Amino acid sequence: MKKRILTLLLAAALTVALCACGGGQSSQTSQSTPADDQTAGNTGSTGEAVDGGELTVGIAADLDSSLDPHVSSSSAGTREVLFNIYEGLVKPDTQGNLVPAVAERYDVNDTADQYTFTLREGVRFHDGSEVTVGDVVYSLSRAAGLETGEPLMSTLSGIASVEATDDKTVVVTLSAPDVEFPAYMTAAVIPEGSDPADGIIGTGPFKYVSRSPQENIVMERFDDYWGEKALCAKVTFKVIEDGQTMVMSLRSGAIDLAAHLEASQVAELSDLNVLEGSMNLVQAVYLDNAEPPFDDIRVRQALCYAIDKREVIDLAGDGHGTPVGSSMYPAFGRFFDAELADYYQPDADKALQLLAEAGYNKDHPLEFTIIVPSNYTPHVDAAQVVVNLLDLLDGVVRAEIQQVEWATWYSDVYQGRQFEATVCGMDASTLTGSAMLARFVSDNAKNFIGFADADYDAAYATALADGSKLEECFDTCQQILAQQAANVYIQDLAEFVVMQPNVSGYRFYPLYVMDLACVAKTA
Amino acid sequence: MKIEHNKNFTVGAVITCFMLAVILVGMFWTPYDPNAMDGAAKRLAPCLAHPLGTDNFGRDILSRVIEGAGATFLIAAATVAIGLAAGLVIGGLTGWYGGWLDECLMRLNDAVAAFPSILLALVLIALMEPGRSSVILALGVLFVPSFARIVRAEVARQKSLDYVASARLMGAGDVRILLLHILPNIVPVLLPSVAIGFNNAVLAEASMSYLGVGVQPPDASLGRMLNEAQGYLMSAPWYALSAGAAIILLILGFGLLSEGLGGDAGA
Amino acid sequence: MLVTLLLISLLAFLAFQIIPADPVTKLLGTDYTPERAAALRHELGLDRNVLVRYLDWLAGFVTGDLGVSYSYGMPVSEVMAGKGAVTASLSVMAWLLVIAISIPLGITLARWQGRRLDRVFVAMNQVFMAIPPFFLGILFTYVFGMVLKLFVPGGFVQPEEGLGGFFGYLFFPALAIALPKAAMVTKLLRSSILNQMGQDYVRTAYSRGNSRWSVIRTHVLRNAVLPVVTFVSMTLADIVAGSIIVEQVFALPGLGRLLLASISNRDYPVVQCIVVIIAAVVVFMNYLADVVTQYIDPRIRLG
Repeated sequence: MKKRILTLLLAAALTVALCACGGGQSSQTSQSTPADDQTAGNTGSTGEAVDGGELTVGIAADLDSSLDPHVSSSSAGTREVLFNIYEGLVKPDTQGNLVPAVAERYDVNDTADQYTFTLREGVRFHDGSEVTVGDVVYSLSRAAGLETGEPLMSTLSGIASVEATDDKTVVVTLSAPDVEFPAYMTAAVIPEGSDPADGIIGTGPFKYVSRSPQENIVMERFDDYWGEKALCAKVTFKVIEDGQTMVMSLRSGAIDLAAHLEASQVAELSDLNVLEGSMNLVQAVYLDNAEPPFDDIRVRQALCYAIDKREVIDLAGDGHGTPVGSSMYPAFGRFFDAELADYYQPDADKALQLLAEAGYNKDHPLEFTIIVPSNYTPHVDAAQVVVNLLDLLDGVVRAEIQQVEWATWYSDVYQGRQFEATVCGMDASTLTGSAMLARFVSDNAKNFIGFADADYDAAYATALADGSKLEECFDTCQQILAQQAANVYIQDLAEFVVMQPNVSGYRFYPLYVMDLACVAKTA
Repeated sequence: MKIEHNKNFTVGAVITCFMLAVILVGMFWTPYDPNAMDGAAKRLAPCLAHPLGTDNFGRDILSRVIEGAGATFLIAAATVAIGLAAGLVIGGLTGWYGGWLDECLMRLNDAVAAFPSILLALVLIALMEPGRSSVILALGVLFVPSFARIVRAEVARQKSLDYVASARLMGAGDVRILLLHILPNIVPVLLPSVAIGFNNAVLAEASMSYLGVGVQPPDASLGRMLNEAQGYLMSAPWYALSAGAAIILLILGFGLLSEGLGGDAGA
Repeated sequence: MLVTLLLISLLAFLAFQIIPADPVTKLLGTDYTPERAAALRHELGLDRNVLVRYLDWLAGFVTGDLGVSYSYGMPVSEVMAGKGAVTASLSVMAWLLVIAISIPLGITLARWQGRRLDRVFVAMNQVFMAIPPFFLGILFTYVFGMVLKLFVPGGFVQPEEGLGGFFGYLFFPALAIALPKAAMVTKLLRSSILNQMGQDYVRTAYSRGNSRWSVIRTHVLRNAVLPVVTFVSMTLADIVAGSIIVEQVFALPGLGRLLLASISNRDYPVVQCIVVIIAAVVVFMNYLADVVTQYIDPRIRLG
């Protein structure tokens, strides 16, 4: 016991010392800045160490049972971890552009229905074998379900055939033109004939080592990586489901890095290395457009006027977050229409007037329940503010919050469509406009709000078929969603990455990924 | 010994009366609206305007503690009421009639008692919609066995006493004897258990809400507040301390009362 | 005892039939066809009759086959490996702490009955009995973890990384569970000793010229401890069940956390197993307490 206490004291002293030297550096960098050069530079000659030590990263949810990269049902949390292990023919960079990975380059034919990929020389799997065209053909056929007829990844359902024309070239033929197709080629390349259930082998900068349910996932640097090698020798992802515990673990130094934190959590951690980015999702009060009371556009619009998104951002997010007005977030750049955020100016009188027209007043108030997945604090917090704002409408609106577990939310709200309103965030798995907009096409399986608008469907179809009209038509789609007040759009949540003062190099992506290859830890 | 117990009773009564008074006042008036948010007053330290500071949404913690204590108190009281009512019926019947009914019900009783309480509550709440009434029902069920056991033992003991025999001689029916003769006699034995049960209910509600399946936001409850407060331990320790102190006061008051009532119960 | 356990396992099994949300939809995620759902349901055996499935599970359980976890696809025993050890270590440690704190304290207080220190401690005891363990846990993380930095909150150490660190990290959670219980036992022991002090045999012992302390030590203690033993053996069951929530406060990867996570994942085989194990411990400890009570009935010894 005595020895233990001594170690503890030593550890405490060490922590203090580290805090002291990092004290002046703690900085609030803005989005997408390759983090803190000062910290790295300041820690002296050991700073550049390629042997960046062992990193412990806190993640908010355990990974899915299957670490199969081709199973599209995988959660965002699983995908962001697998990003370090698996790679596709192409991969996104920090700007959201596609850069070649396993493939060296790709070409498309004039009709946008045939893509030719040329493999990079010397790419190796974690088991040491070199990537061949056979591996690529196998991977793509498996993901697209060419043999079973049932695509594992729904984004690849447009693939008609995959062929290797020589030992360096793979040709993918689509059944219909799709200008956004290369984005889907981030699908992982795995060894021919392998099944991820039997072993996790990819080509990424890290290789999988082990996992322990509800506890951790361990990966090590892959020394034969074709590109720039990872800086840390070993990364342990520690499962910490409770947000409060995550903050505590960062404070105490039990973990080195955690992403996806909220403003309120960061308030507690200002002396650590805090980076601000955005979550890259659209948080909104999603409304069931198919059922009363929200089948009435006046009611939906009334909510849009009543709910001041900036108030939500201020109260729930300490002012961090970007207001959005439709189903698109700023990282989409060319597609994102920032002006839509102000489509509805906060106006309580207008809201009351619309509600009155729809037949709601003090004696006959609009009553509904907002369902929120309880494990997502930002959504629970936003829902609390929304209820608070609706309370201000002279008792004409009475909204209640119901927290449910994620599994229940998923099956009841998202799949069962049994809800009136729900606060949640919709993200994109690829940086394609369709990732955000397809779900509101009237016959789309993911259209859980039951939105149906003929103009919307038409604009969406035109966009996909004609690359030249892509931006214009996607903008029309966003406009329609705003006009129709399909949902009460709120914001793209601010996201914070917190690192210990001796950790540096984290980079943000416009997608939900956590790239740890460039993160370094100095002793 | 006697003096000590009376002192327990007095201190317990003072604390309980104080809490009850606060809760009662809180039903009609709190310094601020407990749910009113104020972006300009987030996470304030205790000051004149907010004696216990404010939380993450700028809500007044004192008002929320008062409201939360009220919610916790009501839930605990309702829980005990359900547990007691069912316990009286089950314990009364089994204690009076004995036999196979007794055997069956007591087996079931044991099973419920051995079931990890949090799991049972989670299961029950999952069946209903989470919220106040589900918590009450779920916890109420959890409290039936302990009451049933006490009532059963007591009824079985009273059954053999002279006054029951004489009542029976006078032609009183089972129900009449149970309600009019035995019930008043077991009340003194039950009172301390009710107080203890109440404390367990406060604890259970706080635990449930702490785990997130109890009272739903934005409503306050002491357990929920503790859950929220844990994230601001460093920057706002008074948040956790106030909610925790309120729970302790509630439990302490009733604990002392029960001991005062218990008389020579010893422990 | 067996009947009770059977009943519990059946109740637990039935409970999951009624809970909303289906493990299959949870497993399949966003994109799936009804055929795949049906296939998976068949694969997991979920399309069979509830009773058949229960008997099936029971047969497996008895023969040591705990089933396969839905969400991890590995045997339940493997998922639970190590987690049981954490909860068991935590519980036993808390239980030992209860004994280590309450026995000396209870005796000392009885010895010093009426002195100011006794009164202070008795009052403190009352307060400690009223503190919820999880609140104590929150206080400990703040005071010992963050201000004094005696341990690293969230920095759990696996037993294989060093037993010292493992038990060191468990110390404060164990203390959080133990203190309220220890307060109860202290109080019980103190009043039990004081009760005995009024007995005839004690007066006789005094009359032989023994000091108060030697009377307590040689005569009273043996009798006074007996009712406490019963209570203490029943506390262990309480401690095991109560560790669920304290594990949550200290982020301990024990059975409690696994249980909560498995409930929200609808991972029934795991939940079922944990429930039965925890219930078995509770039932067994209560049974043991009964046996102990009967074995050492004070009146028999006194006579």
